[in-house]
Amino acid sequence: MTTSNTPNNESTNKEEQESPSGFTSKLHLDKHISRRFNEELEQVRTLVMKMGFLVEQQVNDGLRAVLNADETLAAKVIERDHEVNTMELEIDEYCTQILARRQPAASDLRLIVSVIKSITDLERMGDESVKFGRNAIKLAKGSFTEEGSRPLVELKHLGHHVSKTLNKALIAYAQMDVKAALEIIKDDNIIDEEFDNISRLLVTKMMENPREIKNALRVTWCARALERIGDHTTNLCEYIVYLVEGKDVRHATMEQIEAKIER
Amino acid sequence: MNKTDINQIELTETVGNIYADDAKMSIRNANVYYGDKQAIHDVSLDLAKNQVTALIGPSGCGKSTFLRCLNRMNDTIDICRITGQLTLDGDDIYDKDLDPVLLRARVGMVFQKPNPFPKSIYDNVAYGARIHGLTNNKAELDEIVETSLQKAGLFNEVKDRLKDPGTGLSGGQQQRLCIARTIAVSPEVILMDEPASALDPIATAIIEELIDELKEKYTIAIVTHSMQQAARVSQHTAYFHLGKLVEMGKTEDIFTRPSHKLTENYITGRFG
Repeated sequence: MTTSNTPNNESTNKEEQESPSGFTSKLHLDKHISRRFNEELEQVRTLVMKMGFLVEQQVNDGLRAVLNADETLAAKVIERDHEVNTMELEIDEYCTQILARRQPAASDLRLIVSVIKSITDLERMGDESVKFGRNAIKLAKGSFTEEGSRPLVELKHLGHHVSKTLNKALIAYAQMDVKAALEIIKDDNIIDEEFDNISRLLVTKMMENPREIKNALRVTWCARALERIGDHTTNLCEYIVYLVEGKDVRHATMEQIEAKIER
Repeated sequence: MNKTDINQIELTETVGNIYADDAKMSIRNANVYYGDKQAIHDVSLDLAKNQVTALIGPSGCGKSTFLRCLNRMNDTIDICRITGQLTLDGDDIYDKDLDPVLLRARVGMVFQKPNPFPKSIYDNVAYGARIHGLTNNKAELDEIVETSLQKAGLFNEVKDRLKDPGTGLSGGQQQRLCIARTIAVSPEVILMDEPASALDPIATAIIEELIDELKEKYTIAIVTHSMQQAARVSQHTAYFHLGKLVEMGKTEDIFTRPSHKLTENYITGRFG
């Protein structure tokens, strides 16, 4: 199953990291004349990564709660959502302060703008995890636990894919790795296809056995949540490209994105 | 790794775009020497007509020297020597037959510290019109003084005391008086050397608002140490470093995604 990450285990996939502080060195966050400003930007970075890994944990735990019909874990995910919300507020306020007091420009400005946008997506992913939690509790009560049933196998598969992609995106964020970010953007349609497959499968199930419609819908909602998390992950990657390259690649086809980057 | 030593960044050519579709002034390969010391190295750029071009860069980068070349203010310095092509509407401004005084009427200048003449507000504004013989009757002169003060956004504040000394005004008002004095001779280009650096934020905002209005009629080049000011008032920004033009481009690009590392370092306050 998916690995559950603690907020600080940035050491996962260590072999993928080119240096322990790619983010800081690539953006030259330590090169300002004002040391305080260095520290403030570093702090923003730390907070976002912390929020990112907290959300990753929420996604993984929520998914596990659904797959194992684990009510206790589901309750924990729902309970922990306020931590994600609190972090969003905290980072927002921190960024507002920097904008007001430092008037950042160029890459510093892009960093703050991309952070403000990223945390909205992270918070939404947190909300999607809460949906897992709620559905997990209902599924558990609805005794929908047929181990190895095809929809659950498919959901597990999709969940694994989404979770891995999110982890890669967070590492790309930590490393300011545009190449990795572009790969993830390119692969988003795979997640969409997998979601379509599950939907089709569940519709068939519902037609076959109308008594299972309620449960099947719950699984559909979980799959839908995963698909949304995939979209939010893509957004994160678009902000990485904006931050590093200064190019806005939202709402563009892969060809357009590549053309923009090369320019 | 990834450490950039500023002094090791080689300056070759200016990055970005130095050309304007509608250039009021064009400068090509300008070099300025103070005796043996070269202050400006091979700078080429256009000042776009009816737009504001900001010249930014650290102290001693040559931006003021460059600005002063544009109306031959450097002529007053004996050891100063200038090469290259500098044109206003296609005419060589360093043409031997061109009277620098007439050039300076077409290319006016506003300085860092407001420097009104020790004369009345009226006479400050009327001065240029008188020496250039722009008018020969009182009514016309009154008209020039009033419209100039109005364009400089100062008229309503001083209309009842035009005979009072210009030096009695506040710093911000004095600077607007100097702008009115510049406008009075109907220039085509206005050069501003840190026009707001001695002013408080309110007076600065008024000057910046004024610059925005003035560009409708005039072409403006402004030297400023305030990056925010350059970002607020200009359409084009040129970044100077050690006497060279490192980068020039649209202001909207320079402050969000500069191309050159030196520009980036300067506008974000990094070592350099």
